[in-house]
Amino acid sequence: MLKTLLTIAFCLLAITSLALAEEQEAPAALVNLVRQDCGSCHGMTLKGGLGPDIRPDALGHYDIDTLSTVVLDGIPKTAMPPWRPILSEADARKIAEYLLKGDTK
Amino acid sequence: MKWLYGAVLAAILTGTVQAQSVVATGDLGLVVERASGSLLLVDQSDRASLARIEGLGDLSHASLVYSPDERFAYVFGRDGGLSKVDLVEKRVAKRVIQSGNAIGGAISDDGSLVAVSNYEPGGVRIFDAQTLEMVADIPTGSKTIGLVDAPGKRFVFTLWDAGETWIADLNSEEPKITRITGMGTNPYDALITGDGRLYITGLFGEDGLTALDLWQENPEPIRVLPGYGRGEAELPVYKMPHLEGWARAGQEFVLPAVGHHEVLWVDGETLAETGRTSTHGQPVFAMARPDGRQVWVNFAHPLNDTIQVIDTVTKQVVHEFKPGPAVLHMEFTPRGNEVWVSVRDAGKVMIYDTRTFEKTGEIDAESPSGIFFTARAHRTGL
Repeated sequence: MLKTLLTIAFCLLAITSLALAEEQEAPAALVNLVRQDCGSCHGMTLKGGLGPDIRPDALGHYDIDTLSTVVLDGIPKTAMPPWRPILSEADARKIAEYLLKGDTK
Repeated sequence: MKWLYGAVLAAILTGTVQAQSVVATGDLGLVVERASGSLLLVDQSDRASLARIEGLGDLSHASLVYSPDERFAYVFGRDGGLSKVDLVEKRVAKRVIQSGNAIGGAISDDGSLVAVSNYEPGGVRIFDAQTLEMVADIPTGSKTIGLVDAPGKRFVFTLWDAGETWIADLNSEEPKITRITGMGTNPYDALITGDGRLYITGLFGEDGLTALDLWQENPEPIRVLPGYGRGEAELPVYKMPHLEGWARAGQEFVLPAVGHHEVLWVDGETLAETGRTSTHGQPVFAMARPDGRQVWVNFAHPLNDTIQVIDTVTKQVVHEFKPGPAVLHMEFTPRGNEVWVSVRDAGKVMIYDTRTFEKTGEIDAESPSGIFFTARAHRTGL
Protein backbone atom coordinates (compact mmCIF):
# COMPACT_ATOMS: atom_id res chain seq x y z
CA MET A 1 0.00 0.00 0.00
CA LEU A 2 2.69 2.39 1.06
CA LYS A 3 4.68 1.38 -1.98
CA THR A 4 1.71 2.19 -4.22
CA LEU A 5 1.22 5.55 -2.54
CA LEU A 6 4.88 6.35 -2.87
CA THR A 7 4.82 5.38 -6.52
CA ILE A 8 1.81 7.60 -7.12
CA ALA A 9 3.44 10.47 -5.27
CA PHE A 10 6.61 9.99 -7.24
CA CYS A 11 4.71 9.91 -10.51
CA LEU A 12 2.82 13.06 -9.57
CA LEU A 13 6.10 14.77 -8.74
CA ALA A 14 7.58 13.64 -12.00
CA ILE A 15 4.59 14.92 -13.96
CA THR A 16 4.67 18.27 -12.13
CA SER A 17 8.36 18.75 -12.78
CA LEU A 18 7.86 17.80 -16.42
CA ALA A 19 5.10 20.35 -16.73
CA LEU A 20 7.31 22.95 -15.07
CA ALA A 21 10.15 22.16 -17.42
CA GLU A 22 7.77 22.54 -20.35
CA GLU A 23 6.71 25.95 -19.13
CA GLN A 24 10.27 27.10 -18.76
CA GLU A 25 11.56 25.90 -22.06
CA ALA A 26 10.19 25.96 -25.56
CA PRO A 27 10.22 22.38 -26.83
CA ALA A 28 12.73 21.54 -29.52
CA ALA A 29 10.08 21.15 -32.21
CA LEU A 30 8.80 24.69 -31.62
CA VAL A 31 12.33 26.10 -31.58
CA ASN A 32 12.96 24.33 -34.88
CA LEU A 33 9.74 25.79 -36.27
CA VAL A 34 10.76 29.31 -35.23
CA ARG A 35 14.32 29.00 -36.53
CA GLN A 36 13.55 27.22 -39.76
CA ASP A 37 10.00 28.05 -40.78
CA CYS A 38 9.58 31.53 -39.30
CA GLY A 39 13.21 31.88 -40.38
CA SER A 40 12.30 31.52 -44.04
CA CYS A 41 10.98 35.10 -43.87
CA HIS A 42 12.61 36.53 -40.73
CA GLY A 43 16.02 34.94 -41.29
CA MET A 44 17.37 31.95 -39.43
CA THR A 45 18.97 34.23 -36.86
CA LEU A 46 15.63 36.12 -36.77
CA LYS A 47 17.31 39.40 -37.61
CA GLY A 48 14.92 40.00 -40.46
CA GLY A 49 14.50 39.30 -44.16
CA LEU A 50 11.34 39.90 -46.10
CA GLY A 51 9.79 39.95 -42.62
CA PRO A 52 11.10 42.26 -39.90
CA ASP A 53 13.67 41.68 -37.16
CA ILE A 54 12.02 39.58 -34.42
CA ARG A 55 14.85 39.48 -31.91
CA PRO A 56 13.99 40.60 -28.34
CA ASP A 57 15.18 44.19 -28.76
CA ALA A 58 12.97 44.64 -31.80
CA LEU A 59 9.95 43.12 -30.06
CA GLY A 60 10.23 45.26 -26.91
CA HIS A 61 6.89 46.98 -27.51
CA TYR A 62 4.98 43.68 -27.43
CA ASP A 63 3.65 41.89 -24.39
CA ILE A 64 3.13 38.14 -24.43
CA ASP A 65 -0.60 38.36 -25.15
CA THR A 66 -0.27 40.74 -28.09
CA LEU A 67 2.60 38.79 -29.61
CA SER A 68 0.73 35.48 -29.23
CA THR A 69 -2.21 37.07 -31.04
CA VAL A 70 0.05 38.25 -33.87
CA VAL A 71 1.38 34.69 -34.25
CA LEU A 72 -2.14 33.24 -34.23
CA ASP A 73 -3.90 35.79 -36.42
CA GLY A 74 -1.13 37.29 -38.52
CA ILE A 75 -1.02 40.91 -39.63
CA PRO A 76 -3.52 41.70 -42.39
CA LYS A 77 -2.17 43.47 -45.48
CA THR A 78 1.31 42.10 -44.80
CA ALA A 79 3.05 38.81 -45.56
CA MET A 80 2.63 37.67 -41.92
CA PRO A 81 0.19 34.73 -42.12
CA PRO A 82 -2.21 33.56 -39.40
CA TRP A 83 -0.76 30.43 -37.75
CA ARG A 84 -3.99 29.53 -35.94
CA PRO A 85 -4.83 26.77 -38.44
CA ILE A 86 -1.69 24.86 -37.48
CA LEU A 87 -0.70 26.07 -34.00
CA SER A 88 -2.52 25.82 -30.66
CA GLU A 89 -2.88 28.90 -28.46
CA ALA A 90 -0.51 27.28 -25.98
CA ASP A 91 2.10 26.80 -28.71
CA ALA A 92 1.73 30.39 -29.89
CA ARG A 93 2.24 31.53 -26.32
CA LYS A 94 5.37 29.42 -25.98
CA ILE A 95 6.70 30.91 -29.20
CA ALA A 96 5.95 34.44 -27.98
CA GLU A 97 7.73 33.70 -24.69
CA TYR A 98 10.68 32.23 -26.53
CA LEU A 99 10.96 35.29 -28.77
CA LEU A 100 10.64 37.82 -25.94
CA LYS A 101 12.88 35.96 -23.52
CA GLY A 102 15.84 36.37 -25.78
CA ASP A 103 17.07 32.81 -26.18
CA THR A 104 17.15 33.76 -29.81
CA LYS A 105 20.71 34.99 -29.74
CA MET B 1 66.03 30.18 -79.35
CA LYS B 2 62.47 31.31 -78.85
CA TRP B 3 61.37 27.87 -79.97
CA LEU B 4 63.63 26.27 -77.39
CA TYR B 5 62.12 28.38 -74.60
CA GLY B 6 58.70 27.28 -75.82
CA ALA B 7 59.69 23.64 -75.76
CA VAL B 8 61.14 23.93 -72.26
CA LEU B 9 58.05 25.77 -71.03
CA ALA B 10 55.75 23.17 -72.59
CA ALA B 11 57.69 20.40 -70.92
CA ILE B 12 57.43 22.11 -67.54
CA LEU B 13 53.70 22.73 -67.95
CA THR B 14 52.99 19.13 -68.96
CA GLY B 15 54.85 17.97 -65.89
CA THR B 16 52.74 20.22 -63.67
CA VAL B 17 49.48 18.97 -65.06
CA GLN B 18 50.51 15.37 -64.59
CA ALA B 19 51.74 16.11 -61.08
CA GLN B 20 48.39 17.33 -59.82
CA SER B 21 45.16 15.47 -60.36
CA VAL B 22 42.88 17.14 -62.87
CA VAL B 23 39.51 18.26 -61.52
CA ALA B 24 36.71 18.44 -64.06
CA THR B 25 33.78 20.39 -62.60
CA GLY B 26 31.09 19.71 -65.20
CA ASP B 27 29.17 17.19 -63.11
CA LEU B 28 29.78 18.78 -59.72
CA GLY B 29 27.47 20.84 -57.59
CA LEU B 30 27.11 22.51 -54.22
CA VAL B 31 24.51 21.90 -51.54
CA VAL B 32 23.83 24.66 -49.02
CA GLU B 33 23.90 23.46 -45.41
CA ARG B 34 21.95 26.30 -43.97
CA ALA B 35 22.34 25.77 -40.24
CA SER B 36 26.08 25.19 -40.17
CA GLY B 37 27.18 27.81 -42.69
CA SER B 38 28.83 25.24 -44.92
CA LEU B 39 28.58 23.90 -48.45
CA LEU B 40 28.76 20.29 -49.52
CA LEU B 41 30.64 19.73 -52.77
CA VAL B 42 28.85 16.90 -54.57
CA ASP B 43 29.42 14.72 -57.63
CA GLN B 44 26.36 13.94 -59.77
CA SER B 45 27.85 10.92 -61.49
CA ASP B 46 29.05 9.28 -58.28
CA ARG B 47 25.97 10.42 -56.31
CA ALA B 48 28.36 11.30 -53.51
CA SER B 49 29.76 14.21 -51.56
CA LEU B 50 33.41 15.06 -52.10
CA ALA B 51 34.09 17.68 -49.46
CA ARG B 52 32.57 20.09 -46.98
CA ILE B 53 33.56 23.72 -47.37
CA GLU B 54 33.08 25.71 -44.18
CA GLY B 55 33.08 29.26 -42.91
CA LEU B 56 30.38 30.84 -45.06
CA GLY B 57 28.38 32.58 -42.33
CA ASP B 58 24.59 32.66 -42.15
CA LEU B 59 23.33 30.62 -45.08
CA SER B 60 19.61 30.70 -44.39
CA HIS B 61 17.99 31.35 -47.73
CA ALA B 62 21.40 31.32 -49.41
CA SER B 63 21.79 30.91 -53.13
CA LEU B 64 24.72 30.87 -55.52
CA VAL B 65 25.76 31.32 -59.13
CA TYR B 66 28.72 29.94 -61.08
CA SER B 67 31.52 31.50 -63.10
CA PRO B 68 31.45 30.70 -66.84
CA ASP B 69 34.33 28.23 -66.45
CA GLU B 70 32.45 26.38 -63.68
CA ARG B 71 35.39 26.74 -61.34
CA PHE B 72 34.04 29.33 -58.92
CA ALA B 73 30.74 29.71 -57.12
CA TYR B 74 29.57 33.05 -55.79
CA VAL B 75 27.55 32.47 -52.65
CA PHE B 76 25.03 35.01 -51.37
CA GLY B 77 24.41 34.63 -47.64
CA ARG B 78 21.79 36.11 -45.40
CA ASP B 79 24.36 38.00 -43.34
CA GLY B 80 25.37 40.04 -46.38
CA GLY B 81 28.39 37.84 -46.97
CA LEU B 82 29.52 37.38 -50.55
CA SER B 83 31.86 34.42 -50.86
CA LYS B 84 33.82 33.18 -53.84
CA VAL B 85 34.26 29.44 -53.51
CA ASP B 86 36.85 27.52 -55.52
CA LEU B 87 35.49 24.10 -56.51
CA VAL B 88 38.89 22.89 -57.68
CA GLU B 89 40.75 23.72 -54.48
CA LYS B 90 37.63 23.02 -52.39
CA ARG B 91 37.94 26.16 -50.32
CA VAL B 92 36.67 29.71 -49.85
CA ALA B 93 38.91 31.76 -52.14
CA LYS B 94 37.59 35.15 -51.02
CA ARG B 95 34.86 36.52 -48.82
CA VAL B 96 33.51 40.02 -48.20
CA ILE B 97 30.64 41.29 -46.07
CA GLN B 98 28.86 43.64 -48.43
CA SER B 99 25.67 44.52 -46.54
CA GLY B 100 23.60 43.70 -43.50
CA ASN B 101 21.05 41.43 -45.09
CA ALA B 102 21.32 39.95 -48.57
CA ILE B 103 18.68 37.99 -50.39
CA GLY B 104 20.21 36.80 -53.63
CA GLY B 105 22.43 37.52 -56.55
CA ALA B 106 23.27 37.07 -60.18
CA ILE B 107 26.28 36.97 -62.50
CA SER B 108 26.51 38.96 -65.73
CA ASP B 109 26.41 37.11 -69.06
CA ASP B 110 30.14 37.72 -69.60
CA GLY B 111 31.02 36.53 -66.11
CA SER B 112 32.77 39.77 -65.20
CA LEU B 113 30.31 41.14 -62.63
CA VAL B 114 28.40 39.73 -59.69
CA ALA B 115 25.34 41.57 -58.40
CA VAL B 116 23.80 41.16 -54.95
CA SER B 117 20.36 42.32 -53.90
CA ASN B 118 19.81 43.45 -50.34
CA TYR B 119 16.94 43.85 -47.92
CA GLU B 120 18.98 46.06 -45.61
CA PRO B 121 19.95 48.59 -46.84
CA GLY B 122 17.61 48.11 -49.81
CA GLY B 123 19.34 48.04 -53.14
CA VAL B 124 21.76 46.25 -55.42
CA ARG B 125 25.54 46.24 -55.22
CA ILE B 126 27.74 45.12 -58.05
CA PHE B 127 31.16 43.56 -57.64
CA ASP B 128 34.11 42.65 -59.81
CA ALA B 129 33.90 38.86 -60.16
CA GLN B 130 37.68 38.49 -59.92
CA THR B 131 38.45 40.63 -56.90
CA LEU B 132 35.03 41.07 -55.23
CA GLU B 133 35.68 44.81 -55.15
CA MET B 134 32.52 46.88 -55.40
CA VAL B 135 32.15 48.61 -58.76
CA ALA B 136 28.63 50.04 -58.40
CA ASP B 137 26.10 50.71 -55.67
CA ILE B 138 22.46 51.16 -56.66
CA PRO B 139 20.35 52.18 -53.65
CA THR B 140 16.63 51.61 -54.14
CA GLY B 141 15.18 52.60 -50.77
CA SER B 142 13.21 49.36 -50.83
CA LYS B 143 13.66 45.66 -50.24
CA THR B 144 14.96 44.33 -53.52
CA ILE B 145 13.87 40.96 -54.92
CA GLY B 146 13.92 38.99 -58.16
CA LEU B 147 17.44 39.96 -59.21
CA VAL B 148 18.45 38.24 -62.46
CA ASP B 149 21.02 38.65 -65.18
CA ALA B 150 19.78 39.71 -68.61
CA PRO B 151 21.67 39.45 -71.90
CA GLY B 152 23.92 42.40 -72.78
CA LYS B 153 25.63 42.81 -69.39
CA ARG B 154 22.42 43.88 -67.69
CA PHE B 155 20.75 43.09 -64.39
CA VAL B 156 17.02 43.29 -63.71
CA PHE B 157 15.51 43.55 -60.23
CA THR B 158 12.29 44.55 -58.53
CA LEU B 159 11.27 46.59 -55.48
CA TRP B 160 9.01 44.83 -52.96
CA ASP B 161 7.79 48.06 -51.38
CA ALA B 162 7.55 50.30 -54.43
CA GLY B 163 6.33 47.83 -57.06
CA GLU B 164 8.93 48.95 -59.60
CA THR B 165 11.32 46.98 -61.79
CA TRP B 166 14.72 48.45 -62.62
CA ILE B 167 16.98 47.45 -65.48
CA ALA B 168 20.64 48.26 -64.88
CA ASP B 169 22.91 48.39 -67.92
CA LEU B 170 26.55 47.93 -66.95
CA ASN B 171 28.22 48.59 -70.27
CA SER B 172 29.63 51.95 -69.24
CA GLU B 173 31.45 53.31 -66.21
CA GLU B 174 28.20 54.35 -64.49
CA PRO B 175 25.25 51.95 -64.51
CA LYS B 176 22.40 53.19 -66.71
CA ILE B 177 19.09 52.58 -64.94
CA THR B 178 15.70 52.17 -66.59
CA ARG B 179 12.86 52.33 -64.06
CA ILE B 180 9.52 50.68 -64.82
CA THR B 181 6.70 51.62 -62.48
CA GLY B 182 3.32 50.00 -61.93
CA MET B 183 4.51 46.40 -61.61
CA GLY B 184 1.89 45.64 -58.94
CA THR B 185 1.58 45.26 -55.19
CA ASN B 186 4.39 43.53 -53.28
CA PRO B 187 6.25 41.61 -55.99
CA TYR B 188 7.98 38.79 -54.08
CA ASP B 189 10.17 37.06 -56.68
CA ALA B 190 10.83 36.99 -60.39
CA LEU B 191 12.23 34.88 -63.19
CA ILE B 192 13.73 35.54 -66.57
CA THR B 193 13.14 33.08 -69.40
CA GLY B 194 16.09 31.16 -70.80
CA ASP B 195 16.13 33.27 -73.96
CA GLY B 196 16.38 36.42 -71.85
CA ARG B 197 13.20 37.88 -73.31
CA LEU B 198 10.54 37.75 -70.60
CA TYR B 199 10.92 38.89 -67.01
CA ILE B 200 7.98 37.78 -64.87
CA THR B 201 7.33 38.87 -61.29
CA GLY B 202 4.93 37.14 -58.94
CA LEU B 203 2.79 39.38 -56.74
CA PHE B 204 1.99 38.77 -53.10
CA GLY B 205 -0.24 41.79 -52.57
CA GLU B 206 -2.67 40.93 -55.36
CA ASP B 207 -3.64 37.89 -57.41
CA GLY B 208 -1.66 37.93 -60.61
CA LEU B 209 1.77 38.34 -62.11
CA THR B 210 3.41 41.03 -64.19
CA ALA B 211 5.62 40.43 -67.22
CA LEU B 212 8.04 42.62 -69.13
CA ASP B 213 9.14 41.99 -72.70
CA LEU B 214 12.83 42.90 -72.53
CA TRP B 215 13.07 42.89 -76.35
CA GLN B 216 10.99 46.08 -76.40
CA GLU B 217 12.80 49.43 -76.40
CA ASN B 218 10.62 50.61 -73.51
CA PRO B 219 9.11 47.58 -71.78
CA GLU B 220 5.63 48.14 -70.33
CA PRO B 221 4.11 46.01 -67.54
CA ILE B 222 1.92 43.23 -68.96
CA ARG B 223 -0.67 41.85 -66.54
CA VAL B 224 -0.73 38.07 -66.37
CA LEU B 225 -3.63 36.12 -64.80
CA PRO B 226 -5.13 39.19 -63.11
CA GLY B 227 -7.32 38.11 -60.22
CA TYR B 228 -6.62 34.39 -60.69
CA GLY B 229 -7.96 33.52 -57.25
CA ARG B 230 -11.13 35.57 -57.44
CA GLY B 231 -14.00 34.08 -55.50
CA GLU B 232 -11.81 31.54 -53.74
CA ALA B 233 -10.88 31.80 -50.08
CA GLU B 234 -7.32 33.02 -49.64
CA LEU B 235 -5.26 30.48 -47.73
CA PRO B 236 -2.43 31.51 -45.43
CA VAL B 237 0.99 31.54 -47.10
CA TYR B 238 3.52 30.00 -44.72
CA LYS B 239 6.31 30.29 -47.22
CA MET B 240 6.63 32.49 -50.26
CA PRO B 241 6.82 30.57 -53.52
CA HIS B 242 9.97 30.82 -55.60
CA LEU B 243 9.97 31.51 -59.28
CA GLU B 244 13.59 30.58 -59.90
CA GLY B 245 14.09 27.79 -62.37
CA TRP B 246 11.59 29.12 -64.87
CA ALA B 247 9.31 26.15 -65.20
CA ARG B 248 8.86 26.34 -68.91
CA ALA B 249 7.29 23.17 -70.15
CA GLY B 250 7.09 23.12 -73.93
CA GLN B 251 5.06 26.16 -74.93
CA GLU B 252 3.80 26.92 -71.44
CA PHE B 253 4.94 28.28 -68.11
CA VAL B 254 3.96 26.63 -64.88
CA LEU B 255 3.73 29.04 -61.97
CA PRO B 256 2.90 28.54 -58.30
CA ALA B 257 -0.28 30.32 -57.20
CA VAL B 258 -0.05 32.39 -54.00
CA GLY B 259 -2.58 31.65 -51.27
CA HIS B 260 -4.17 28.89 -53.34
CA HIS B 261 -3.21 25.24 -53.54
CA GLU B 262 -2.61 25.08 -57.26
CA VAL B 263 -0.17 25.73 -60.06
CA LEU B 264 -1.17 27.93 -62.97
CA TRP B 265 -0.43 27.29 -66.64
CA VAL B 266 0.26 30.19 -68.95
CA ASP B 267 0.84 30.21 -72.70
CA GLY B 268 4.44 31.23 -73.39
CA GLU B 269 3.49 33.43 -76.33
CA THR B 270 0.25 35.10 -75.35
CA LEU B 271 0.59 34.82 -71.54
CA ALA B 272 -3.05 33.76 -71.39
CA GLU B 273 -4.09 31.15 -68.85
CA THR B 274 -4.20 27.64 -70.29
CA GLY B 275 -5.12 25.66 -67.20
CA ARG B 276 -4.73 24.95 -63.51
CA THR B 277 -3.71 21.91 -61.54
CA SER B 278 -4.82 21.46 -57.94
CA THR B 279 -1.93 20.57 -55.68
CA HIS B 280 -1.30 19.03 -52.27
CA GLY B 281 -0.49 22.39 -50.63
CA GLN B 282 0.91 25.87 -51.24
CA PRO B 283 3.54 25.28 -53.95
CA VAL B 284 7.00 26.65 -53.23
CA PHE B 285 8.94 25.47 -56.28
CA ALA B 286 7.34 24.29 -59.50
CA MET B 287 10.28 23.12 -61.55
CA ALA B 288 10.23 21.68 -65.03
CA ARG B 289 12.46 18.76 -65.84
CA PRO B 290 14.94 20.03 -68.47
CA ASP B 291 12.98 18.40 -71.30
CA GLY B 292 9.76 20.05 -70.11
CA ARG B 293 7.80 16.78 -69.87
CA GLN B 294 7.35 16.85 -66.09
CA VAL B 295 6.95 19.52 -63.43
CA TRP B 296 8.04 18.68 -59.88
CA VAL B 297 6.38 20.64 -57.09
CA ASN B 298 7.23 20.95 -53.41
CA PHE B 299 5.17 22.66 -50.73
CA ALA B 300 5.14 25.08 -47.82
CA HIS B 301 5.02 24.12 -44.15
CA PRO B 302 3.15 22.14 -42.77
CA LEU B 303 2.69 20.10 -45.96
CA ASN B 304 6.36 20.14 -46.85
CA ASP B 305 7.06 16.41 -46.65
CA THR B 306 5.56 15.76 -50.06
CA ILE B 307 6.48 16.12 -53.73
CA GLN B 308 4.02 15.92 -56.60
CA VAL B 309 5.00 15.28 -60.19
CA ILE B 310 2.76 16.72 -62.90
CA ASP B 311 2.75 15.49 -66.49
CA THR B 312 2.78 18.54 -68.74
CA VAL B 313 0.84 16.90 -71.55
CA THR B 314 -2.20 16.05 -69.43
CA LYS B 315 -1.58 18.63 -66.65
CA GLN B 316 -2.40 15.83 -64.20
CA VAL B 317 -0.50 14.75 -61.10
CA VAL B 318 1.08 11.44 -62.12
CA HIS B 319 3.12 10.73 -59.02
CA GLU B 320 3.11 11.78 -55.38
CA PHE B 321 5.52 10.70 -52.69
CA LYS B 322 6.95 11.71 -49.32
CA PRO B 323 10.75 11.91 -49.32
CA GLY B 324 10.72 13.05 -45.66
CA PRO B 325 10.30 16.08 -43.40
CA ALA B 326 10.87 19.54 -44.91
CA VAL B 327 11.59 19.12 -48.61
CA LEU B 328 13.20 22.45 -49.48
CA HIS B 329 14.64 22.26 -52.97
CA MET B 330 15.00 20.15 -56.08
CA GLU B 331 17.67 20.21 -58.78
CA PHE B 332 17.64 18.16 -61.96
CA THR B 333 20.74 16.76 -63.55
CA PRO B 334 21.32 18.78 -66.73
CA ARG B 335 19.66 16.21 -69.00
CA GLY B 336 16.91 15.46 -66.53
CA ASN B 337 17.48 11.75 -65.90
CA GLU B 338 17.74 12.28 -62.14
CA VAL B 339 16.59 14.83 -59.60
CA TRP B 340 18.29 15.70 -56.32
CA VAL B 341 16.02 16.64 -53.43
CA SER B 342 17.05 18.28 -50.16
CA VAL B 343 15.16 16.95 -47.16
CA ARG B 344 16.12 19.39 -44.42
CA ASP B 345 14.88 17.71 -41.28
CA ALA B 346 16.03 14.26 -42.37
CA GLY B 347 19.55 15.62 -42.87
CA LYS B 348 19.67 14.05 -46.32
CA VAL B 349 19.85 14.82 -50.00
CA MET B 350 17.89 12.14 -51.84
CA ILE B 351 18.33 11.25 -55.49
CA TYR B 352 15.58 9.87 -57.71
CA ASP B 353 15.28 8.54 -61.23
CA THR B 354 12.74 10.83 -62.92
CA ARG B 355 11.23 8.08 -65.06
CA THR B 356 10.85 5.22 -62.60
CA PHE B 357 10.69 7.50 -59.50
CA GLU B 358 12.96 5.03 -57.75
CA LYS B 359 15.52 6.31 -55.28
CA THR B 360 19.01 5.90 -56.71
CA GLY B 361 21.02 7.29 -53.83
CA GLU B 362 21.21 9.49 -50.79
CA ILE B 363 23.82 11.73 -49.22
CA ASP B 364 24.11 12.91 -45.63
CA ALA B 365 23.97 16.69 -45.28
CA GLU B 366 23.44 19.11 -42.38
CA SER B 367 20.01 20.77 -42.80
CA PRO B 368 20.37 20.88 -46.59
CA SER B 369 18.53 23.59 -48.54
CA GLY B 370 19.50 24.79 -52.03
CA ILE B 371 21.17 22.39 -54.48
CA PHE B 372 23.08 23.97 -57.36
CA PHE B 373 24.76 22.07 -60.20
CA THR B 374 27.53 23.71 -62.19
CA ALA B 375 25.53 23.41 -65.45
CA ARG B 376 23.73 26.55 -64.24
CA ALA B 377 26.85 28.43 -65.35
CA HIS B 378 25.58 28.35 -68.92
CA ARG B 379 21.96 29.35 -68.44
CA THR B 380 20.57 32.89 -68.41
CA GLY B 381 18.76 33.68 -65.19
CA LEU B 382 20.52 31.07 -63.05
